Amino acid sequence: MSHIVIDTSKCKACYLCVDECPKHLIKISDKTNKSGARVVEFQDPQHQCLGCAMCATRCPDLAITEVYKD
Amino acid sequence: MATQVFKIAESFRKDTRYTFCPGCDHGVAVRLVAECLDELGLRDNAIAACSIGCSVTIYDFLNVDSIEAPHGRACAVATGVKRAKPDKFVFTYQGDGDFASIGLAESTHAALRGENISAICINNTTYGMTGGQLGPTTLLGQVTTTSPTGRNLEYYGYPIKIAEHIALCDGTAFSARVSLDTVANIKKAKQAIKKAFEIQMKGLGFSFVEILSTCPTNWKMSPQKAHQRVKEEMMPIFKPGIYKDITK
Repeated sequence: MSHIVIDTSKCKACYLCVDECPKHLIKISDKTNKSGARVVEFQDPQHQCLGCAMCATRCPDLAITEVYKD
Repeated sequence: MATQVFKIAESFRKDTRYTFCPGCDHGVAVRLVAECLDELGLRDNAIAACSIGCSVTIYDFLNVDSIEAPHGRACAVATGVKRAKPDKFVFTYQGDGDFASIGLAESTHAALRGENISAICINNTTYGMTGGQLGPTTLLGQVTTTSPTGRNLEYYGYPIKIAEHIALCDGTAFSARVSLDTVANIKKAKQAIKKAFEIQMKGLGFSFVEILSTCPTNWKMSPQKAHQRVKEEMMPIFKPGIYKDITK
């Protein structure tokens, strides 16, 4: 199952990954990290993730640490 | 069974946390450098000459030996390192103010001498760390803290086109300009950095990559709008492309 791993402690809430995901699987969450950033979360209940790694390529803060593709 | 298609490069220090502003493309550029060092097997043999400005912090993030050469002298210091240790892989990571204004003489003459080093220059059209002053690449009409009514041609002249300038130097082996505004262009940027590093590994001369980047904080816009600005305002003036490649 394709999926990504997000280290929310590194997220600075720029939300570039939210715009980048072709399946719109990255959402702005209700959670806030220690830096005060309202972080993103990965929601894929229907297993739509392509494992394309566009989100990780775009992320300027190394917050998307791993991407797996089926 | 899922296969891993992305991981944090091993050239980073353990648990690296960037200190750049949210949405800053420096983070992408540093990651591309780290990935190229990994993929070319240069991590244990590399020495970085660091600069001044936001780009200086690269020594906090990469697990390579580095030497600090502030105020534009990175190419001069890298020259000394490379001549003393010709077997080492030596690169600089600089901003546009550092490379093309404060250190224009050092950068140009390193290219003219054909020093076998690689230089990466981040062009975000402003002095980021010091608060968004007018830099050598600030576009005509661009508002900065020292040009509050916009860059005026009569008063400030034209911005410098660094990749074209370096390509005109006879000792240059490779000069390219790339952009980080889209994922496709990020991939092209990585190819250019890798090519520049390979040129040094083959001992062919000075290799240079200018990277069009954003500064959302000092441009006073969102990271999304900043990428739009790169595409609509910067790329028509600073055209991406390979301006010199002696291997072709």
